[in-house]
Amino acid sequence: MGNAKLWGLKKSPWVFHVAAASCNNCDIEILDLITPRWDVERFGIVLVGSPRHADALLVTGVLNRKNLPRVLRVYEQTPKPCLVIGIGSCTCHTHMFESSYNVVGPYDKYLPVDVYIPGCPPKPEAMILGIVKALKRL
Amino acid sequence: MNIVKILFQYVVFPGFIFTGVVGLFLTWIDRKVTARIHWRVGPKWFQPYADFLKLLLKETIVPEGSSKTLFLLAPLFGIISMSIFAVMLFSMNFNPTTTFIGDLIVIVYLLALPAIGIVLGGSASKNVLAGVGASREMTQYLAYELPFLIAIATIILKAGGSIKFGEIILAQQAGGPFLYSISGVITAVVILLTIQAKLSYVPFDIPEAEQEIMAGPYIEYSGVALALYKLGRAMMLFLLPLFLISLLWGGFADWWAIPKFLLIIVLIVLIKNTNPRLRIDQALKFFWLGLGVLSIIGLVFAYYGL
Ligand code: SF4
Repeated sequence: MGNAKLWGLKKSPWVFHVAAASCNNCDIEILDLITPRWDVERFGIVLVGSPRHADALLVTGVLNRKNLPRVLRVYEQTPKPCLVIGIGSCTCHTHMFESSYNVVGPYDKYLPVDVYIPGCPPKPEAMILGIVKALKRL
Repeated sequence: MNIVKILFQYVVFPGFIFTGVVGLFLTWIDRKVTARIHWRVGPKWFQPYADFLKLLLKETIVPEGSSKTLFLLAPLFGIISMSIFAVMLFSMNFNPTTTFIGDLIVIVYLLALPAIGIVLGGSASKNVLAGVGASREMTQYLAYELPFLIAIATIILKAGGSIKFGEIILAQQAGGPFLYSISGVITAVVILLTIQAKLSYVPFDIPEAEQEIMAGPYIEYSGVALALYKLGRAMMLFLLPLFLISLLWGGFADWWAIPKFLLIIVLIVLIKNTNPRLRIDQALKFFWLGLGVLSIIGLVFAYYGL
């Protein structure tokens, strides 16, 4: 039972893209992953439109007072088990917005983040590497 | 003994399990061909099975405030109706003279059930986008059902007024497939486009338009319920082309059915990949004014025996 679950999860991680106040560069780089050049559908990775269908949340952007409750709500709406993958330097720490009054800090204060992928924006290769690492950790 | 046999027919072959396994394989063909058209590599052959297994073992969430029973029962409509349809289709094709009474009217109703399941599930889930999706599904159902019914009427006319499925196949075995005539070709085009809409593939994926309303009626579904919806869709992908073959192309009881079937599947995938999505009003116009008129022309041709 456990093995089958793990195999299914590893072979078909469906990702939902949570754009939490990013500058859009990370989002566009995520879309690069499904273009013919990188084609992550080879590994069963599909971008889905609803957090209810998702196995992994790709969060982008810096966490602030306004979007923290929304991100938490999306996390609660996702059926477990689910991975949280932070994409971009914004998610790892607070990046260039460090001294802003509005920023509440990195994601792992609030969510169980599985892997951070630094870069501003990270390359698609780096994202694939990060996702592979997250799946290996399971 | 008899009951065991009937249960075996509905549950294992050619009912639920057989149709489900083959249907999931066909969704792989669909995804692979799509990927090749995009110049991508595409998923491995076990991908749909991995997806299905993963969804089965995941948590199923029932959204707050939804109608729980209806929400969880709605995915079953499609699966049950498709299992019954599979048994009728196979027994009629391999044994057209049986006393088993399968007429086209029942089949038309069975084919309507998956759409009704989607509408009920979408409305039960208390989500605005799912509600929009359900209302679009309903409109689209009304749109494609008109040309579909006229096409069925054409086939009944060509079979000499018989609504029995077995007699339609026998008539084709005696006098050649209906497809090889003007009205036959017109009817085939109409039914092919209706199949596209019944599967809600592009250009008729209006109910679940991913870029506008996310996943439409499926938006709140997760885990087992979503898996059942996917399975129902996969079974339709297997059965509807077979239905077209048995109505117009002389049944599928011989080996020639396999190339015919693959041709129809590839045609469906090609239409899916080379067209933009229509708006719901455009789809209604297309089905009622375009295909409706075309199917009536087919009916007139069939009346004069062409
Ligand atoms: S990491 Fe850089 S590219 Fe990504 S959202 Fe932050 S600022 Fe934009």
